[in-house]
Amino acid sequence: MDFKNTSDFVSGFWNMYVVVLALASIIGCGVFLLIQDRAKSNAGQTTGHVWDETLEEYSNPLPNWWRWMFYITVAFALVYVTLYPGLGNFGGKFGWTMRGQYEDEMKQADAKYGPLFDKYAKMDVAAVAADPQAKEMGQRLFLTYCAQCHGSDAGGATSFPSLKDNDWLWGGTPEKIKETITGGRTAVMTPKGTKPDMDGEQVKDVVHYVRSLSGLSADSIRVQRGKDLYPQACAACHGPEAKGNPDAGYPNLTDKVWLYSSREDSMIETVTKGRQNQMPAFGEFLGPAKVHLLTAYVWGLGGGVKGEAKPAAVPAAEQAGMSGMGGMSGMTADKK
Amino acid sequence: MLTHEQIEKNVGWMIVLTVLLVSVAGLVEIVPLFFQTSTTKPLNELVKPYDPVRLAGRDIYIREGCYNCHSQMIRPFRAETERYGHYSVAGEFVYDHPFQWGSKRTGPDLARVGGRYSDQWHKIHLLNPRDVVPESNMPAYYWLDRPLKDPHIGAKMEALRKVGVPYKDDEIAGAAKAIEGKTELEAVVAYLQGLGLALKQTR
Repeated sequence: MDFKNTSDFVSGFWNMYVVVLALASIIGCGVFLLIQDRAKSNAGQTTGHVWDETLEEYSNPLPNWWRWMFYITVAFALVYVTLYPGLGNFGGKFGWTMRGQYEDEMKQADAKYGPLFDKYAKMDVAAVAADPQAKEMGQRLFLTYCAQCHGSDAGGATSFPSLKDNDWLWGGTPEKIKETITGGRTAVMTPKGTKPDMDGEQVKDVVHYVRSLSGLSADSIRVQRGKDLYPQACAACHGPEAKGNPDAGYPNLTDKVWLYSSREDSMIETVTKGRQNQMPAFGEFLGPAKVHLLTAYVWGLGGGVKGEAKPAAVPAAEQAGMSGMGGMSGMTADKK
Repeated sequence: MLTHEQIEKNVGWMIVLTVLLVSVAGLVEIVPLFFQTSTTKPLNELVKPYDPVRLAGRDIYIREGCYNCHSQMIRPFRAETERYGHYSVAGEFVYDHPFQWGSKRTGPDLARVGGRYSDQWHKIHLLNPRDVVPESNMPAYYWLDRPLKDPHIGAKMEALRKVGVPYKDDEIAGAAKAIEGKTELEAVVAYLQGLGLALKQTR
């Protein structure tokens, strides 16, 4: 689609329609003023109306300051439509467009903040995480794009993981975090795991067994029964040791971290109905430079796992377009 | 020629001339928009008429007055495009009758909210926003988790077709079935998840 034209009428008629009507009304106002000026003045006389016994109206001409303001308005309008878009397809002498103004604004921001983003994009995640300015930028980005789900303190909420602890559903190395932010994640737990014929009692048994794994209160008889069910119902994903598998997003069941609350009823619901969860992909929206800063911020929140730290892989082609990613982090830069 | 006195003393002339005068701006600024490609044709093939579930969701959006706090138009300023994505263009809204642009932003703009959050997030958030965003001042729409009843969905699509939305006969005939078994919550989420997908961030 071509945004460059100020108008894209289906026929030339509409161009003329706008031009003629706009010019006619502006010039018409001027002509009308002139006619009024030339009319015989009845200064000092009344219009002949009398209201409420003594209330009369003078028939004086407009005061001069007022009359001239009208003329100036007409002149201003004519100058305006010559310089700025307003007359159909005629874009004005200045060539101003809203799109152009926006692009200028973006270009200025690119020039200002681009080098900052470039600098961090070339550093590895651990180094970026250690940089106080990068941390401030990362926090601004986080508050803008991530806090709605993960919380402004990154502490998460029910069904949205905390990013502050060292428990990672999909891995906590810089590479894995970046992968998660860029491409998003989708996780599905099927109802009743791999044993769909479990009845309500059996579900409860499994739940009690799982509770016992992390030291939650559990009924010892149910734990025994659940232990026998676990290999068929759960082990395929969560593993025989119930340690989960971060490569596929299967949670560890032996730690004290619960995505959907550790209450018994919530756990029964999880096993009975299964769960579906999703993190949306942000790679396309944010671009590699912002994702790199966010990765470092999240990694540096305390739970980051050491990985092969390396600089953001930003292809040269994208680096050119990466500009203008200042976002709210721009304010950080200003403060410095 | 009409004199000032004649116009002032004849209510008929007064009405005719007043109407003419005040309609000039509308005639110049509004009417030509009906004859521009960018305002009347879909932006691209991703701009599609709302399917019945989304349409029903949209009606709930309007019923609950979401537009009172949420706009659906991203202006071409960097501060907006950084946060929300590509600025809105007219061709994205050709099937919106009426459009939900709005100008009041107590909450964030929703023009490109589609895909920004998971369905799960939307459901929790609509029922009680503070469950996911403790700082939120959005009201809880806790009643939305109830069966969607919209017996007039077909008629609505019929009406929209009259104003230019290209619904096919079989789509209208199947509308009632399409929304069967859905909850209001699901319909609103489906509507929100479809918003603004036609124009990606182009960086």
